Amino acid sequence: MTTLTDSTDVNGRSGPERKRTAKPGAIGSRQLVAALPGALSKLDPRRMWRNPVMFIVEVGAALTTVLAVAEPFLGGPARSGGAAVPPSFTAGIAAWLWLTVVFANLAESVAEGRGKAQADSLRQTRTSTSAHRVTGYDPAVHGGAEGQDLVTLSSADLRVGDTVVVVAGELIPGDGDIVWGIATIDESAITGESAPVVRESGGDRSAVTGGTRVLSDRIVVRITSNPGETFVDRMIALVEGASRQKTPNETALGILLAGLSIVFLVVTLTLNPIAGYSAAAVSVPVLVALLVCLIPTTIGALLSAIGIAGMDRLVQRNVLAMSGRAVEAAGDVTILLLDKTGTITYGNRQAREFSPLAGVVESELVRAGALSSLSDPTPEGKSIVDLAATTGFRHQGSLEGEIVPFTAQTRMSGIDLADGSSIRKGAGSAVLAWVQETSELDPAVSRELDDAVARISRVGGTPLVVAAADGHGARRILGVVYLKDIVKEGIAERFAELRAMGIRTIMVTGDNPLTAKTIAAEAGVDDFLAEATPEQKLALIRREQEGGNLVAMTGDGTNDAPALAQADVGVAMNTGTSAAKEAGNMVDLDSDPTKLIDIVRIGKQLLITRGALTTFSIANDLAKYFAIIPAMFAGVFPGLAVLNVMQLHSPASAIMSAIIFNAVIIIVLIPLALRGVAYRPLAASQILSRNLLVYGLGGVIAPFIGIKLVDLVVALAPGF
Amino acid sequence: MVVWLAVLQALTLALLLAVVHRPLGDYLARLYLSQKDLRVERGFYRLIGVDPRSSQTWQSYLRSVLAFSLVGVLSLYALQRAQAILPYSLGLPAVPAGLSFNTAASFVTNTNWQSYSPEVTLGYSIQILGLAVQNFVSAAVGIAVAIALVRGFAAHRTGTIGNFWVDLTRGILRLLLPLSIVAAIVLMVGGVIQNFNGFTDLTTLSGGTQTIPGGPVASQEAIKELGTNGGGFFNANSSHPFENPSAWTSLFQVFLMLVIPFSLPRTFGAIVGDRRQGYAILGAMAAIFAVSLTLLTVFESSGSGTAPQAAGGAMEGKETRFGIAGSALYATASTLSSTGAVNSMHDSFTALGGMMPMLNMMLGEVAPGGVGSGLYGMLILAVITVFIAGLLVGRTPEYLGKKIGPREIKLASLYILVTPSLVLAGTALSFAIPAVRTDVEATSIANPGLHGLSEVLYAFTSASNNNGSAFAGLTADTPWFNAALGVAMLLGRFLPIVFVLALAGALAGQVPVPETSGTLPTNRPQFVGLLIGVTIIITALTYFPVLALGPLAEGLQ
Repeated sequence: MTTLTDSTDVNGRSGPERKRTAKPGAIGSRQLVAALPGALSKLDPRRMWRNPVMFIVEVGAALTTVLAVAEPFLGGPARSGGAAVPPSFTAGIAAWLWLTVVFANLAESVAEGRGKAQADSLRQTRTSTSAHRVTGYDPAVHGGAEGQDLVTLSSADLRVGDTVVVVAGELIPGDGDIVWGIATIDESAITGESAPVVRESGGDRSAVTGGTRVLSDRIVVRITSNPGETFVDRMIALVEGASRQKTPNETALGILLAGLSIVFLVVTLTLNPIAGYSAAAVSVPVLVALLVCLIPTTIGALLSAIGIAGMDRLVQRNVLAMSGRAVEAAGDVTILLLDKTGTITYGNRQAREFSPLAGVVESELVRAGALSSLSDPTPEGKSIVDLAATTGFRHQGSLEGEIVPFTAQTRMSGIDLADGSSIRKGAGSAVLAWVQETSELDPAVSRELDDAVARISRVGGTPLVVAAADGHGARRILGVVYLKDIVKEGIAERFAELRAMGIRTIMVTGDNPLTAKTIAAEAGVDDFLAEATPEQKLALIRREQEGGNLVAMTGDGTNDAPALAQADVGVAMNTGTSAAKEAGNMVDLDSDPTKLIDIVRIGKQLLITRGALTTFSIANDLAKYFAIIPAMFAGVFPGLAVLNVMQLHSPASAIMSAIIFNAVIIIVLIPLALRGVAYRPLAASQILSRNLLVYGLGGVIAPFIGIKLVDLVVALAPGF
Repeated sequence: MVVWLAVLQALTLALLLAVVHRPLGDYLARLYLSQKDLRVERGFYRLIGVDPRSSQTWQSYLRSVLAFSLVGVLSLYALQRAQAILPYSLGLPAVPAGLSFNTAASFVTNTNWQSYSPEVTLGYSIQILGLAVQNFVSAAVGIAVAIALVRGFAAHRTGTIGNFWVDLTRGILRLLLPLSIVAAIVLMVGGVIQNFNGFTDLTTLSGGTQTIPGGPVASQEAIKELGTNGGGFFNANSSHPFENPSAWTSLFQVFLMLVIPFSLPRTFGAIVGDRRQGYAILGAMAAIFAVSLTLLTVFESSGSGTAPQAAGGAMEGKETRFGIAGSALYATASTLSSTGAVNSMHDSFTALGGMMPMLNMMLGEVAPGGVGSGLYGMLILAVITVFIAGLLVGRTPEYLGKKIGPREIKLASLYILVTPSLVLAGTALSFAIPAVRTDVEATSIANPGLHGLSEVLYAFTSASNNNGSAFAGLTADTPWFNAALGVAMLLGRFLPIVFVLALAGALAGQVPVPETSGTLPTNRPQFVGLLIGVTIIITALTYFPVLALGPLAEGLQ
């Protein structure tokens, strides 16, 4: 590779939206029916126990059911709060409590159901295939392993470290790295992207995924994961929610909800002894109804569905999060490290101009630039050859020599020709150091070079310094190639959005500080790291984390792996090496670095949805109090009717309506829980005002209206 | 007339507090952060073997608090049991075991609930060596715990929260003692008595004899209000003319109750390095206080019925020298600040008016609450508020840069669980255990029915919240109430302290997250409003059902 300025080089290829996208949030009746068996099987108390709020409801439902069955034999329902209770009251409460629990389970099942569909399509790629294993393979000696003995075995028997040969038309039997060869591969089974991709040994695009199909050529692959632990296996587990662990915020919210439930349990349990003294005891079904109305059932019912749906939204954007914790961390990110190339600028920089130093003939610079770029497949390399062609340069015959590839450490590339001469091109400081290895640099040349570099840098271009050594090893600088960098359209607006969300963006580039500064200013990033090496990147992340920041980054190369592992959110590109994928906690199947911004958004949306429904749920209590309290003691204290602000029909209908509202609101909110609350990038205080208005004030008002409406219907029931 | 009086005294009070809270709050911040010790302090630290520069972990801090308080309970108990052999005991006998326990628990927990009639139960030595000492130290303990929590917020991954012995010593020597001396002198000028005269027998105008107790009242009175203690020298507390002779001493006492709790938010802001954070807390406290005061004044001014009409207002149980406005202010300040002193009998308030002091305590005593305990109570509610609001803006919630995660929420949830559980369980058990119920109905409750329930509910609310205010009308010197209220006071004080210090430790171990525009701002009116909302929904609504059975039902009849 001849990309001289970046440690990673990902061309921002944003694939078409994923094929398997379902319309988010929309649930049809068919989906509900499909989820019903799952919802019913979740009624098992051993499973309900994990959700304390809904477990309380289930226990209440069981208790009232027993009472409803026993009542007819005990002379009808017990009087409550000094008033008679209609005969069908207990059975009605029991039925609606069961529905409340079922609705909660239904929400979870629907959320899981979407993941299941995706898992099924993934599972088809995991079918066992045959593999051709080669033993005692050494890429330096055996190359394509043409003459080697191949043992055919099932892909299920492959182990880490095995080496296999895959030829055109075959499925790759397992996850691995290409150790020899180059091939086009159809990865649509994983990414949904139908255009084939190129994978080759040695670079940052050497990783292949089991279940994808080789379309052309022959490759040798070293297997990097055992069957059952492959990328697809992990994907399936993730989208199915099997490996779902509660995230820190979800745990914390669960604790708060459990705490509130205990408080209200104490309120309910202590009510009758007290009422027994000053008023009249309340019947058990009414007590259960009071408890269920007060504990935060709405959020309790939807909490896990929100989490599953959040992961699902990521999957729909072709991002796989290895843990829910990472999704949540994405919402908390305060620093984004973005690679310049492919993210902020278009990946393909174009050569615009050859600037030879004084005393160098332009054609010499053109020749050196072109020769060193002939075997360089990157757009930059090609554009240098193209520009050379416009000046009349043609290379005849084949090129004899050894190619010196680009590395992030040397930050230059080139070619050692057969005649003993060599050419290097790369970042100014790197090439300068190379020249100075053998000869002192004339201060005048040094000054002239600095001027040329600075001139290009100031306009945001990338100066590519070209130097050559003759057959005797005398090295000298020829001149500079001006590569023009083009900042992506609309990227500045996205960074402004991020700033509003409280996220700082840092551009990481191998460019010299002057170029970096110009591009940074043009793109509107907050800061930049110029002439970056992987070590500096890692150090930057550590430094920011010391200061309490949460850092997100993308990466694909093996040398990105330490930084990806260190970052709080490390998004590995699917095109990247398996080391990078292993180190990150998310993988973007589209390999689109700008996706990071979407990931942050989804993380925030997940938290906001939880917060919104919690606020709504707690705010609901106010109205429920006004429905139930006057109803509970209406028989003894008619004066409490003043509190019956909703003018509910009768005590029994008031309690019944509160319970029905409580159950129905769960169903009504399932789409919101799955879709997530709308998120717009604004400052925190503005988001808070808006959400408080909708979910706080809305949560206070909605149940007053809802309970009243339900009551109008319940009042028609006989006995109420 | 009542309206103008009420507005005038409220404005006077607000002005006084506004002037004093700045220097006092800043002084407190300097006091608790200072690295310098007085000579007498250094001597004391050497004596007890403490290195004043060493900072404790939360576990160590907690052990010190608990050990110190245990010694307090035991010694106060022993003093009472030994009254017969103490000097200056005015010939009073040893205090019975049950009452001694209750009183020891009461004064060590800064509750100062009095199941007894002081002037006929306790002599001067217990008043001074026992009660007055605890008035100082229990207040200093409360402030120390609050400061420890604030240090947790301000700490940068230190894991330690200060030194309890230093905090305690400084709180007593450099805050409470000097202020009480000044306050006692002012009270004496206002006519509060200060003598060792014992009982004086007089022949009244009508020819009968009357025994009038004297005593070192002014010095007791100063720390009673300043340390939000509230235990009166006389049974009638601050409605007694020797404790509270005039309208202006009454207003001055209200000022003393509120001055430290209302200054601590500024201290908080100064220590965490953002004054506006302190003002947000102060704003929430002040708003709740203003609304509560207004409601009580309105309820009491609009008392209807034959007696109020004849008296020109609901004056039953109120002193004419304080009037409705002065009584309402005193009751509000006393029950919102954890003092529990009274200058009128809350039992005789109108039904809804009588609910207000109870509701004030049920809010968890956070507006402004007791010395120290008010601040830490409000900060716990702020943590809950930040958690809910933080989720609403799409970030892991953080308060002052500290993440509110599972551990922090667990501790905050446990904190808010304690008091309602104690209040409701205590009240319910009083009626659920047949033997106890018989005793409660026969001996303790003066007004059976709804009002009787209010009396019992009030007692447990007062004890569990460490207020000490009594509704009156309830005879609490019975085995059940002495034991149950004593336990409620101890658990209501020390369980929350355990959770607060554990929270302080958890916060102190964190590296603060830098503030960005994505951070939920916790120093704006928006947050203050939210904090008030959470305070009301989380704490007060819990009691709605039981209030409906007592004061609400009575008031809406």
